[in-house]
Amino acid sequence: MPIWNPRVETMPRVDLEQLQLERLQVIVNRAWDGIPFYRRRFEEYGVIPEHLRSLEDLRLLPFTEKEDLRRGYPYDLFAVPLREVVRIHSSPSTAGTPTVMGYTKNDLRNWRELVARVLCAGGVTKEDVIQISFSYGLLTDAFGFHQGAEEIGASVIPVSAGAVEEQISILHDFRTSALVGTPSHARRIGEALRDKGIPRSSLHLKWAVLGTEPWTEEMRQEIESLLGVSATDNYGIAEVMGPGVAGECEEQKRGLHLNEDHFLCEIVDPGTGEPVPAGATGELVITTLGKEALPLVRYRTGDITSVTQERCACGRTLARMAQVVGRTDDAFVVSGVRLLPAQIEGVLREVDGVKPHFEVILDREGGADTIEVRVEVASGIFDSAGGEVGYLVRTQNSLRQRLEAALGVAINLRLVEPRSLGEAPGMSQRIVDRRRTKGGESGPVL
Amino acid sequence: MLVLTSVDTYYGNVQALKGISLHVNEGEIVALIGANGAGKTTTLHTISGLLSPRRGAVAFRGKSLAGRSPEAIVRAGVSQAPENRQLFTSLSVRDNLVLGAYHLSRREKRRSLPGTLALVYGLFPILEERARTPAATLSGGEQQMLAIGRALMARPTLLLLDEPSLGLAPRLARTIFDTIPKFRKQGLTVLLVEQNARAALEIADRAYVMETGRVVMEGSAQELLNQHEVQRAYLGRGYRHVLDGK
Repeated sequence: MPIWNPRVETMPRVDLEQLQLERLQVIVNRAWDGIPFYRRRFEEYGVIPEHLRSLEDLRLLPFTEKEDLRRGYPYDLFAVPLREVVRIHSSPSTAGTPTVMGYTKNDLRNWRELVARVLCAGGVTKEDVIQISFSYGLLTDAFGFHQGAEEIGASVIPVSAGAVEEQISILHDFRTSALVGTPSHARRIGEALRDKGIPRSSLHLKWAVLGTEPWTEEMRQEIESLLGVSATDNYGIAEVMGPGVAGECEEQKRGLHLNEDHFLCEIVDPGTGEPVPAGATGELVITTLGKEALPLVRYRTGDITSVTQERCACGRTLARMAQVVGRTDDAFVVSGVRLLPAQIEGVLREVDGVKPHFEVILDREGGADTIEVRVEVASGIFDSAGGEVGYLVRTQNSLRQRLEAALGVAINLRLVEPRSLGEAPGMSQRIVDRRRTKGGESGPVL
Repeated sequence: MLVLTSVDTYYGNVQALKGISLHVNEGEIVALIGANGAGKTTTLHTISGLLSPRRGAVAFRGKSLAGRSPEAIVRAGVSQAPENRQLFTSLSVRDNLVLGAYHLSRREKRRSLPGTLALVYGLFPILEERARTPAATLSGGEQQMLAIGRALMARPTLLLLDEPSLGLAPRLARTIFDTIPKFRKQGLTVLLVEQNARAALEIADRAYVMETGRVVMEGSAQELLNQHEVQRAYLGRGYRHVLDGK
């Protein structure tokens, strides 16, 4: 399987880390001299550029949050004069003010190259006809993939996020071989094909490069089966660049390779901000290396994942991140303890017979918070337990104990039939908080 | 091939280099550009051993150079053509060149000298023409060629060039810059320090920009040529737009 930029993607880690250190020092030097926002921040924290002597010293630097970008609306965090910015994108925000991203010519060139790497890892070559089903506009996804696909030399069809019927007719008539979009959109297309009785053999589809929402292994298998494709996950964040931050290699599909020559990644504890041990789960923090218009130092993405530097069998030495399991703003508080759904999911993945599909019901009884976790079990477990009620009870007890140990609070646990929980597309968990109407502590922690 | 990691070099109590990190891969031409006083020559002297770093690491082919003598570093394969040539002006061109191989043993010299001389004369034919004349009688451009030739006589694998175009008329500087890419074919790697940013970026693969002892920019030569701050500060563009509002 070809690698787009083998010199970088298979670089020995010691060389990669030297490159990262050089670029980190450059960005800190430039931020200190030329970006008032960062100069003020560094001074507040008592940091000067000379303190950055190794990659470990990164933790001396302050974080940047989405709120900083919102407060700087529209152009305050741009590090270059506006006339050097040749592209402006914007990301809507639920909290009101959108965030605005700028790109210089060099930024665009780098962006193209990074997306090309992701597409290539997903199997796309210049022989492919690639259909971009993201909405073209202010968001970064459509243009990001479009440019990367052109860089590879594939035939790019900018379909945008049109209706399923339109997507299908183009897939068929234009002989699309690679689909780029969201997993739920891909599944809808697959289901429509099945429902209309359109055979997979009448299409030319080979690859699906999907992202921007969490999805499960099962959903991947469904999509691969419905569309007749090999589907890969990829990861991007608009503020940091757009798509192109990380992508799965089609050969292994075990983690998303991070483009570490452009993004210095850390995993930190979302509560304390301290780095976590290697391989542990936490919040992804990204420092951009080489972005000109909008460099970001230690940007808190809010995405929960883990990173491994173990070599991948595909040959790439770039570290891999796990699929994002949740967001820091998914957090909820029970009896004063801040919990993340990702913690529950982590325990469920380790236990046989249960799926990591669950629902959390938060309630209040007698002045105290209660938490009930409803977990789907694998089909058949109720049947096999039919003759052995003890088995089901033992599974339930042991799971409850493990969850209580992981979360640090007492919980009520109910095992439920497969597919009996409300189905949010692609979501493996749901939080129902009934406490709001009853007064008392409630709501997610911001 | 060459890796500097967070190098601090001092002149007495004055810190000239503040955390310089850079690398040069085998076969590359890497340029170090920046204004006077940025620390470029100090960086080369730290590599070639004329100065010792107080902190940080200098590694050549995986082995540390820090604290080693300049002669040992030349023997390791690193040769420098210093700023302002520093020729032995009363000696002939040929004698200046031969002195470049000073560190070789008599046997090594007997074996390799004729070949190396031929190589240098091949790159700079005028030096062969003037082989017997004192170096002082050469023009500025010819003296620069002699300085580079002398550095090549040490048969280095890494060549450090300090301001080869300094004080030269544009046409002569052009000749020098046209010759540097030819060194690659001889298996040489080049680290080139230059105030003439445009000329350096036109022949380099990658470059680092230094300001007051720190690296403030790095990238491929193409990226830096496109970078507006480099254009404004070092390539002379855009003075009409000195005041601009966002």
